Amino acid sequence: MLLKKTVSLAVLALVLPLAGCGGDDEGGHATITVLAAASLTGAFTELADQFQKDHEGVTVKLAFDSSATLAQQAVDGAPADVLATADTATMDSATAALDGDSELFATNTMVLVTPTDNPAGITGFDDIVAGDVTYVVCVDTAPCGKVAAALLADNTVQTAPASLEVDVKAVLAKVTSGEADAGIVYATDAVAAGDAVQRFEIPHAADEVTSYPIAALKQSGDAALAQQFVDLVLSTAGQQVLADAGFGKP
Amino acid sequence: MTDTDGRTLGRPPLSLVIPGALAAALLVLPLVTLVLDTPWRNFFDELGSTVVLDALGITAIASGVTVVACVLLGTPLAWLLARVEFPGRAVLRAAVTVPLVLPPVVAGVALVTALGRNGLIGSVLRDATGITLPYTITAVVTAHTFVSMPFYVLSVEGALRASGDKYDVVAATLGATRWTTFRRVTLPLAMPGLVAGAALAWARSLGEFGATITFAGNYPGTTQTMPSLIYTTLQSRPEVARTLSMILLVVSIAILAALRNRWLTTP
Amino acid sequence: MRGLSADVRVDGRLEAELTTEPGAVVAVIGPNGAGKTTLLRALAGLVSMTGSVEVDGVSWTRPARLVRDRNVGLVFQDQLLFPHLTAVDNVAFGLRSRGVAGAEAETTARDWLTRFAVAELADRKPGQLSGGQAQRVAIARALAPAPSLLLLDEPFAGLDVGVATALRIELARHLASYDGITLLVTHDALDALTLADTVLVIDDGRVAQYGTPQNVAARPRTDHVARLVGLNVIREHDRFRSFSPSAVTVSLARPEGSARNQWHGTVLSAVTHGDAVRLLVDAGPQLIADVTPGATVELGLVPGREVWVSVKETAISTYA
Repeated sequence: MLLKKTVSLAVLALVLPLAGCGGDDEGGHATITVLAAASLTGAFTELADQFQKDHEGVTVKLAFDSSATLAQQAVDGAPADVLATADTATMDSATAALDGDSELFATNTMVLVTPTDNPAGITGFDDIVAGDVTYVVCVDTAPCGKVAAALLADNTVQTAPASLEVDVKAVLAKVTSGEADAGIVYATDAVAAGDAVQRFEIPHAADEVTSYPIAALKQSGDAALAQQFVDLVLSTAGQQVLADAGFGKP
Repeated sequence: MTDTDGRTLGRPPLSLVIPGALAAALLVLPLVTLVLDTPWRNFFDELGSTVVLDALGITAIASGVTVVACVLLGTPLAWLLARVEFPGRAVLRAAVTVPLVLPPVVAGVALVTALGRNGLIGSVLRDATGITLPYTITAVVTAHTFVSMPFYVLSVEGALRASGDKYDVVAATLGATRWTTFRRVTLPLAMPGLVAGAALAWARSLGEFGATITFAGNYPGTTQTMPSLIYTTLQSRPEVARTLSMILLVVSIAILAALRNRWLTTP
Repeated sequence: MRGLSADVRVDGRLEAELTTEPGAVVAVIGPNGAGKTTLLRALAGLVSMTGSVEVDGVSWTRPARLVRDRNVGLVFQDQLLFPHLTAVDNVAFGLRSRGVAGAEAETTARDWLTRFAVAELADRKPGQLSGGQAQRVAIARALAPAPSLLLLDEPFAGLDVGVATALRIELARHLASYDGITLLVTHDALDALTLADTVLVIDDGRVAQYGTPQNVAARPRTDHVARLVGLNVIREHDRFRSFSPSAVTVSLARPEGSARNQWHGTVLSAVTHGDAVRLLVDAGPQLIADVTPGATVELGLVPGREVWVSVKETAISTYA
């Protein structure tokens, strides 16, 4: 398991320098690398395009992975400029690498999704509470699993999930392929899945909100550019992109 | 083994010693660092926890049943491939080895498309009997067998081909049916290949993770194996994951050592 | 009809007809690659063939019988004892395959080992047996289920001369009391003469000669048999002329007399043969000649030497 970390770090170390380091290049061409939680894939890809349009000659490299993996890479000194995670606890674990304090930029809540054809005939979260539905959630060692476990407890769900998936993408895949009758995913995942799922609200979901923090990194080669990216995420335009992807206000 | 005192043949050439030493270092060093990196004081606490015991139990059952399934199903397949000429044999042999090179997650997706609740066979099974495989230990064993069987079949087929069919011919001239020949001649002669194949299949099953979690799911006490537990734990508590890895490592080495003494004593 | 009646045709390799009485021992001789082993394997059903095989009035080819239903005993050149079974289990294998109960099969198997004087080796694995011991067990294994057809493929090849001789004598004794038919592939004229009552000479996939050992030895029709029995044979039209190497005269000058019985050629080899030196001379046909050691030195008969060889007409036997 140590090996996996070492290898992924080594791979990152091999790939990232190809992009050049921060603003060392004053000739009008610069690159910044953003480490972002996997659930930010859609929104941050759009924001990176926006940023490149606004900054002539700047390239934004995006690396999406689980928050824990990215935070570990940031602490281990991976060449990157910005870190955005899916929960505050993970961001706190990377404090040593942060250039200043992190700022909350979005929130996410969990919803229940079923396949479009809804084979189990689910009409609401009550069906999960009543039992007899094959549903899946994230494993409780992942941030999405912690929230899901809390929601199951809040709603006194008796039936155990059929499986604890490694991440929210795996939960969504189980649902869209029909291998599960229902799954608990982030609202943003339900938006991204579009017509492939039906969406139902979960009671008490508002009590279990996930907050997304963002921060520039100490090892950034161009602190100004890194901060400009953070500013874009926090700007009105940035917030609109996030809202369109299904995120809530911080 | 050899009659000659190696030294009289001269020193081993550096062109072999250096790459050999590098290979040994690559294989051994990560394991050594894992051992050094493990918080050993937690070892027995973790070993005693319900979730670890559950996962160890599932892993033991799954790998044990997998080996049995490989022997019962894989031996006849290996025999067919090695001894019977039929159309498409070469294609079948190639197809049988594909899971060897398939990324485990892809293997899991393949199993879902075949045996999942909406899979080609799985949906028929569900409509006919109401039985679904995913999220059961049967699915874990199915996934493990899928990825482990090629190792077993290749090993046994190799042994069958190496021993050739000359003793089968002798048995036939002595009036033996093919089944008797298989039981009394072919099988005993291929036994080293069977044992080696079973060990390979068992080892593959022990480390299996990707296909299982994709096809069978991951729930403590029903489908969560040690590798699944280690992977999910790694997300939040890497140091505990290291301890768990060490538990799996220690248990497998212990079993391998016990087997080696009993079955694998090679000269 | 009892006995063996076979017409064996194997594509491109063999075409042989063969009829024998019950209890016959047939020596099959011929050069390497002539088709001897193919004949045995075809009779056992191990090689696909056309034609017919009939044993004791029952056809083995119409309908075709599987190998296991042919009731043959096959002894292979390299024995092929099952390496994981003891000697007694090897011998009992055929009995048990044919439905004899375990204990009875073992008793019978031990009897057979006793007959071949290897009873004390019954519980050894083949790896612990010498070549001669292993061949005894292999023959016992083939004979134990009482086959109608015993097929021996060079059973003495690879054995020490002494061991082979002892085994040959024992085998002769067993074959005398065996009422099935035996086919024995051999390279040794001695086997043909001591063990067989009939000799089948195969040359280039065809039967070249079939008769009693005495007849075949006295009137060989192939170079191979002629060499085996130590004779020269020359084919003239549809007749064969043979003569002994000791009847051959070797000289450096052209001898007088009929040109029909003299040849000019080169010495290929010279080896001691008993009291004499046996020359092989390439003179159109390859001929062998026995000369005294004195003459060898006197005439300088070393390989490469050009010589004349001749033989008196009275020393030649002519036959069809």
